[in-house]
Amino acid sequence: MRLQKNTLLALYAVLEFAARPGEHVPAAEVAAKHGESAHHLAKVLSELAREGIVESVRGVGGGYRFVANPRRLTLLDVIRLFENPEGETLAGGATAVDRALAQVLSEVDQTAVATFGSITIATMLGIVQRLQSPPPPRRRAGG
Amino acid sequence: MRGKTPSPRLRRPPAPVKRPAGAAHAPPEAPRPVQVRPVRHGDMPEVIALDATVTGLHKADYWQRIYRRYGVGGQGLRHFLVAVDGQSVVGFVIGEVRDWEFGSPPCGWVFAIDVDPRARQRGIGTAMLAAVRERFERAGVRTMRTMLARDNQLILSFFRSQGMTAGHLIPLELQIGEGAQ
Repeated sequence: MRLQKNTLLALYAVLEFAARPGEHVPAAEVAAKHGESAHHLAKVLSELAREGIVESVRGVGGGYRFVANPRRLTLLDVIRLFENPEGETLAGGATAVDRALAQVLSEVDQTAVATFGSITIATMLGIVQRLQSPPPPRRRAGG
Repeated sequence: MRGKTPSPRLRRPPAPVKRPAGAAHAPPEAPRPVQVRPVRHGDMPEVIALDATVTGLHKADYWQRIYRRYGVGGQGLRHFLVAVDGQSVVGFVIGEVRDWEFGSPPCGWVFAIDVDPRARQRGIGTAMLAAVRERFERAGVRTMRTMLARDNQLILSFFRSQGMTAGHLIPLELQIGEGAQ
């Protein structure tokens, strides 16, 4: 499954801000980190702000701050602001093949939705942290 | 492939209040320590009441059977633990080591976990899962597994927060009987 560019950008931004709670992070910093234009990111951030996930502070030292609950906000909550993860269905297809394909794609979509809906921002930050940490030392055989 | 799947009895909590994605929440209270220990017969009325609170069903006979199987008779590979806050039972977890089902080496199944809705957000579920995990590890198990409805988002999120991910088994089902296609 591929997420649209705006959705990915929103997830990058949310994770960036949530990892630095209470801090005002300049949008330009996030844009530069992910190789995106600040203008493009601004549109995404305005949607996140409208939904009460981030808030902006203008002026010197300004930026964006994560204001949602990271233990409640899920990836699905963010994704649904920008796209429909259930995808387009082939419902109404004329043939049995259309309907069979629609059934299989729906099964895939339902699993994707359940996965995104079960992973909170806090859980994602934990995964990121684990991936950044060096792997634990391997156990010695017989030890 | 042989055997049958353990009954997934993961509780669906009361429907959460619909909230905007980013709504602010009050910070959780400072956690009080709870004790996690094997269930005792005297705990059963509270366990049954807790289950009834969450599911809306009072199933005393069922719970007495579970107690006989996982409580008194379950030492070693079956575990029925409760979380106790002072004198009150505020949660329970039930798990069992099962081997070679679905071609899988021994693994620890967690098939029921519940926390009193009034005691949530205090790390009680985390403490109970850690306790049952420790018992599985003592039994030499290296995989802990569970199964629940995909729309049970709250409990799915809980297990995810504990580091659990999708496993290599895929549950499949078929509607049978009258009216099935």
